Amino acid sequence: MTDSTNDIIVTRSLWFRFSDGTRRFFDGDVFYSFKRSPVIMVAFFVTVTYFLLAFLAPWVAPHNTYDVITLNLMDAFKPPAWEAGGDPSYPLGTDDQGRDVLSTIMFGARVSLTVGFLSVLLAMVMGIVLGMVAGYVGGKTDAIIMRIADVQLSFPAILIVLLIDGFTRSVLPRGAHEDLALVVLVLSIGFANWVQFARTVRGSCLVEKNKEYVQAARVIGLHPALIMLRHVLPNVMSPVLVIATISLAIAILTEATLSFLGVGVPPTQPSLGTLIRIGNDFLFSGEWWMTIFPGAALVILVLAVNLLGDWLRDALNPKLR
Amino acid sequence: MVDAALANPALQADEPVLSARKLARYFDVSPPLLNRVIEGTPRQILRAVDGVSFDIQKGRTFSLVGESGCGKSTVARLVVGLYTPTHGELHFEGQNIAGLTRKEMVPVRRKMQMIFQDPFASLNPRWRVVDIIAEPLRFFDITKGEAATQKRVGELLSFVGLSPKDGAKYPHEFSGGQRQRISIARALASNPEFLVCDEPTSALDVSVQAQILNLMKELQRELGLTYLFISHNLAVVYHMSDDVGVMYLGKLVEVAPARTLFARPRHPYTQLLLNTIPDLDMKGLDRAPVAGEVPNPINPPSGCTFHPRCPFANDRCRAEIPQPITLADGAKIACHGVEEGRIPDTV
Repeated sequence: MTDSTNDIIVTRSLWFRFSDGTRRFFDGDVFYSFKRSPVIMVAFFVTVTYFLLAFLAPWVAPHNTYDVITLNLMDAFKPPAWEAGGDPSYPLGTDDQGRDVLSTIMFGARVSLTVGFLSVLLAMVMGIVLGMVAGYVGGKTDAIIMRIADVQLSFPAILIVLLIDGFTRSVLPRGAHEDLALVVLVLSIGFANWVQFARTVRGSCLVEKNKEYVQAARVIGLHPALIMLRHVLPNVMSPVLVIATISLAIAILTEATLSFLGVGVPPTQPSLGTLIRIGNDFLFSGEWWMTIFPGAALVILVLAVNLLGDWLRDALNPKLR
Repeated sequence: MVDAALANPALQADEPVLSARKLARYFDVSPPLLNRVIEGTPRQILRAVDGVSFDIQKGRTFSLVGESGCGKSTVARLVVGLYTPTHGELHFEGQNIAGLTRKEMVPVRRKMQMIFQDPFASLNPRWRVVDIIAEPLRFFDITKGEAATQKRVGELLSFVGLSPKDGAKYPHEFSGGQRQRISIARALASNPEFLVCDEPTSALDVSVQAQILNLMKELQRELGLTYLFISHNLAVVYHMSDDVGVMYLGKLVEVAPARTLFARPRHPYTQLLLNTIPDLDMKGLDRAPVAGEVPNPINPPSGCTFHPRCPFANDRCRAEIPQPITLADGAKIACHGVEEGRIPDTV
């Protein structure tokens, strides 16, 4: 063996690993099946657009709907621009307080996506940790964690969210709840959804922990936590990613449902659900745009995310291909 | 612990590297508590390994053979500490390692590594080969610095007949035989003295099997390794071993030097096993088929567990558990018939 062959390995830098990983991704099956499916490309484009518009809302939205000074009640109930009496500066019309519907949708999607994203992240972390501990340690620990999961699974998620939300409302002082509404929402939706992650991770973990590469790590003498983190976790991540995508759609819907019921975000920071509820009050008096546009926005977002999740499930599962 | 003997390797030349005394591992295979209460079934204990004793001398290969489910893989897992023994003692270089905690085992593990059966499951599919082999180096802090680790991995790869450049690849880019070479390189990374090989070739093609076995013998000569070799393939065992232990239902029925055992099997079960080896010279000869199947280890037969399948069994065999006796040529046999001299030599 010559020194130069060794140098090849030694000089393998972090960048090499990264660029190599990217190359492998674009050469890989997942990207191939992405290129092959126009529907998924559209869904991906729609989702990315939502994220961009939502997070850049303060800069790209035509009006800042949070800024009360700019609002003018004289502009209230304006129909979309193409209808008779429409105002071109309010393309999708205005609501009962003179807020631009397009801008409120952008700001609303911001709240919806933030709540959805953070709650899925919380559910994912909780589910992975508890699922891995249950699967890897086994025995009584496993039994206790999974029985709690079973009990929680027998309640509808929305009921658990309402329960946690109601509980925090009664515990926190009235003023504090307004400020903490988003945090409470994220915590309760996240807590309601950890079970699916935990069950999937536990199942995969049970399979992986009996594979010989995990036993080889045990023979070397690694700490169980390190084995779970370095060996088991990377091998149970693909189903988790699929569930996370589908859960994102469910979490957005849950948040919208709660806001529609009036227990979600405070009215000063309307989410898509709040907008639909407000618009719903005026639906029969002819101001249809106040509820139809936020509703359509929600449907398109959830549909796009769901399509992505379904595709990801198929793309990552070689048996379905 | 014999500190003086440990300090001076010359003193312990005759001391076995590994010795097991009455080693046993039981598994609780009972149905869940609720089922037991409702159906009124008792606890069920599976005696996978039940009182096994053997010694392995330095630089030699000790093989365990037996049918599927006889507990040979469980012995391998007990030795490397993947299972803790239910009772019995396990001495490695004079130190009892049965029931040590993970931290206490770390210095032992550096000297004792394992090669696994399935080369497609024993390498983490998400890791590069270089990281797989470097894992013991990093964990035991053997090489100082990243450059030294990479250099050592390259050496190990060429040592097992692969190219140092192969380190940058992922396991799925290799064939079964190459993967087993990677597995061996990982096992050798911490400079162990003792390797447990759990059917290292049973998942490979015959031609590749020979390559891997020859590599293992070569490594033994060069590095003075001691092997505990698990296999159900008698031809492989004959090729590899210095000493052989025959297991049946969690017990060792015969332990003898390989030549003695293959030339003159004493225990009826060993005779039966050797009879099943296909042999080109034996064409036309009547071969006694293996009668019956291995009994359920949850409810083993009384007395000698082999008696339902043994052509020489009598009332004593059905009632009394045979204890191992040592014969003049060093063979240890647990059989009433051999003790009483009523088993004829065959083969």
